[in-house]
Amino acid sequence: MTADRYDALVIGAGMSGLAAGIRLAQFGRRVAILERHALWGGLNSFYKRGGRRFDSGLHALTNFARPESKTAPLSRVLRQLRLRFDDLHLGEQGRSRLHLADVRLDFSNDFALLEAEVARAFPAQRTQFASFVRAVREAEPFTTVDPSASGRAFLREHLTDEDLVEALMLPLCWYGSAREGDVDAYQAIILFRAIFLEGLARPRGGIKPLLDLLVARYKAEGGELRTHHGVESVLRDSRGAARGVRLDSGDELLSDRILSSAGYVETRNLCGESSAPADQGRLSFVETQRVLSQPSASIGALHTLVFFSDSLRPAWRRPEEPVDLSNGVIACSDNYAGNEIAPRGLMRVTCLANPETWCAYDEAEYRTQKDRWEDAICAAAAPYAADPRPLTTQVDCFTPRTITHYTGHTGGTVYGSPRKRLDGDSGVPNVHLIGTDQGFVGIVGALMSGISIANRHALVAQ
Amino acid sequence: MNREEIILAIQDIIKTIAPDEDVSNLKTDVRLRDQIELDSMDFLDIVMELRKRYGVQVPEDDYKELATLDGCVAYLGPKMQGKSLKVGV
Ligand SMILES: Cc1cc2nc3c(=O)[nH]c(=O)nc-3n(C[C@H](O)[C@H](O)[C@H](O)COP(=O)(O)OP(=O)(O)OC[C@H]3O[C@@H](n4cnc5c(N)ncnc54)[C@H](O)[C@@H]3O)c2cc1C
Repeated sequence: MTADRYDALVIGAGMSGLAAGIRLAQFGRRVAILERHALWGGLNSFYKRGGRRFDSGLHALTNFARPESKTAPLSRVLRQLRLRFDDLHLGEQGRSRLHLADVRLDFSNDFALLEAEVARAFPAQRTQFASFVRAVREAEPFTTVDPSASGRAFLREHLTDEDLVEALMLPLCWYGSAREGDVDAYQAIILFRAIFLEGLARPRGGIKPLLDLLVARYKAEGGELRTHHGVESVLRDSRGAARGVRLDSGDELLSDRILSSAGYVETRNLCGESSAPADQGRLSFVETQRVLSQPSASIGALHTLVFFSDSLRPAWRRPEEPVDLSNGVIACSDNYAGNEIAPRGLMRVTCLANPETWCAYDEAEYRTQKDRWEDAICAAAAPYAADPRPLTTQVDCFTPRTITHYTGHTGGTVYGSPRKRLDGDSGVPNVHLIGTDQGFVGIVGALMSGISIANRHALVAQ
Repeated sequence: MNREEIILAIQDIIKTIAPDEDVSNLKTDVRLRDQIELDSMDFLDIVMELRKRYGVQVPEDDYKELATLDGCVAYLGPKMQGKSLKVGV
């Protein structure tokens, strides 16, 4: 048994782990990132199938900001990681849409479009919407908002038309709510800024070039990235404080600083600690991607993203049935500016799914159900964009089972535990949470999470 | 390191952290934050770079001493004595 000592160990090579690793390596700390899988990226990774590279979850990079806006989250993340905006090769969205029953609101990276759309569809809410937007701009989500406050209640403080409230809630839930039926108020503020006030973009070439940049930065600073290195458990001293990890291989690595992106419940499991049932997230997704023989726009799917719902009161909860076809998100990646997908198209549709059902199927039943629901999802999305099926050259679909397998997140959760730990507190001394369960979601959010927890718990408190 | 060198050292660190900022015209008696866009995360990087390049430790309670270039000179002067300037690292 070999024991090696590190200034810090990072569990998981997702966005948050890579960012934390860069920060630590950049300032001369001896750090290793331990990743169970062959590839890095976590929830936002890539894989090859039929000679083509697929991204596992890239709808949009939220928080789009030009480099001039120095206080924007994206600019701050780039500065902290010493990356250049131009190296991201971001292509901006075209038009996107919120489409709930007969309500349609278009938006783009020019916020004036959404303002005009709200004024058109909800003329009586014009001034209320302006006051809501002012409140979102001025809020200090981490200091003045109660972390358990309801996002819907926050919207209702300003907006009196329930249809408008629900239309705006839909993308806020879809892009980052771990809470059933609602979104935390502070998250709602961050997400509204990230989606509407900042904007959406896609790195040219998908997620891999961005991950390549992060990994190259990390390695250039001397960081060690160890794939196929799963953490089996966290080693603790007689006072209960972490002193290292035991790997799946049985080897031990020692450090009294552990940053974990495995999730709150999952990290506590690694430490031999239990957690409350209410800490376990319940929301998971099924997502299908279809490569088309021609651009999405040529078959009438003109928007970059469509958040759709067949009713004005979409349900943001774990469905009874395997998949909830009543609401979801469509992303036409080839509708981003400057993408590399043309002359093909790439349409992606995501719906809520029941993880228990998907994990209980035997292998044969799983294949059957997956094909059946994949087709049903395409049919459900068709009225809001176009039917991708006739032009499909390749299909790939993942379920809660896939997410659990590749990221270790119990129950296939994407946005993790509904109770976030903004201070990174895992309840175990020397173990700090980063990423989703610390409370920041999405690509830019997870990067920011890794940075801020590494700064606070491994650089300042050295 | 003398006054000029300490100022150069800080300017070079800021250039590393925020490559787009023009650091040549910074006033020495005005808060850095009021002249260039530096948030508390960037400020931490100044402290971390001082440690990395010069082995100088600045405890968290003393960060405020580094608010202006004059403050940096006064606070870092004794700590940087006998060290040589490292720029462009
Ligand atoms: C379908 C889908 C679509 C998405 N679309 C977008 C999008 O368009 N835009 C956006 O901004 N965000 C999107 N997200 C969300 C975004 O991907 C996540 O919020 C973010 O990547 C989370 O990063 P993380 O570092 O917190 O965690 P993760 O990415 O989950 O990283 C955790 C890592 O830890 C590893 N790990 C876990 N346990 C162990 C262990 N015991 N030992 C070793 N390694 C371990 C896992 O393998 C994993 O690599 C999407 C997510 C999904 C699933």
